[in-house]
Amino acid sequence: MILNQFLLLSAVLFCIGVYGVLARRNGVLVLMSVELILNAVNINLIAFGAFHDNIAGQVFALFVIAVAAAEVGVGLAIVLLIYRNRRSVDLTEVDIMKG
Amino acid sequence: MVAQNLFFGVLSAIMGVAAIRVVTTQNVVHAALYLVVVLGGVAGIFILLAAEFAAVTQILVYIGAVVVLFLFGLMLTRAPIGRTSDLDNTQKGIAVVVALMLFAVLAWSQLDAFGRVVIEPGSVQTSGQVGDSIFLQYLIPFEVISVLLLAALVGAVVIARKD
Repeated sequence: MILNQFLLLSAVLFCIGVYGVLARRNGVLVLMSVELILNAVNINLIAFGAFHDNIAGQVFALFVIAVAAAEVGVGLAIVLLIYRNRRSVDLTEVDIMKG
Repeated sequence: MVAQNLFFGVLSAIMGVAAIRVVTTQNVVHAALYLVVVLGGVAGIFILLAAEFAAVTQILVYIGAVVVLFLFGLMLTRAPIGRTSDLDNTQKGIAVVVALMLFAVLAWSQLDAFGRVVIEPGSVQTSGQVGDSIFLQYLIPFEVISVLLLAALVGAVVIARKD
């Protein structure tokens, strides 16, 4: 297997995630796109771990999974709070800090 | 080796289509379900790279917990079940351009740096080795992650509770 096929797959997932973060207006869907980005990073870590025959890639991928779980918990709590205050999760309406 | 490449091709095609559907579908529940397909595909890629423990963790944590959390989030925010047309903002054109340019830069630099470098079919990194490594070499980062998870848990409860 070529290393680049995994790296390119990960780049595709990353860019699709970036598109989702930029183009979606529903808060929960933006968080789903962030998950795509984090999974792309995990593929890279494990591919390089296999390439160098080093266990560190796998360990750091597990750390990223744990951080992603924490991020989703806090992120959904924030989205829930926005919904409770404004009766919508439309992120284009959350512009109070816009100059 | 042929079987591995075939498996990779099928898996990456499914993942690509499902990932695009996650960010383009007009139905929020379908987006969550397509996300399950992508996450399962990532677990398959991990198995292909002989990372068994990461693959099992991926399925347990992501498909088992995170997607359920997303579905709860959709229900609690009264997301419209069924097709709606207001899930995308007005920056779609710019977003496509940014994503394509980013992909061009990433793909060019990766192809330039690694060309056709082959992953040697080395030793399988077993769960035992991962455990040894976490609890010997990476013990302090592991403890920090534990405290981070606890803080995130308490923080999420504090943020989301009614008072």
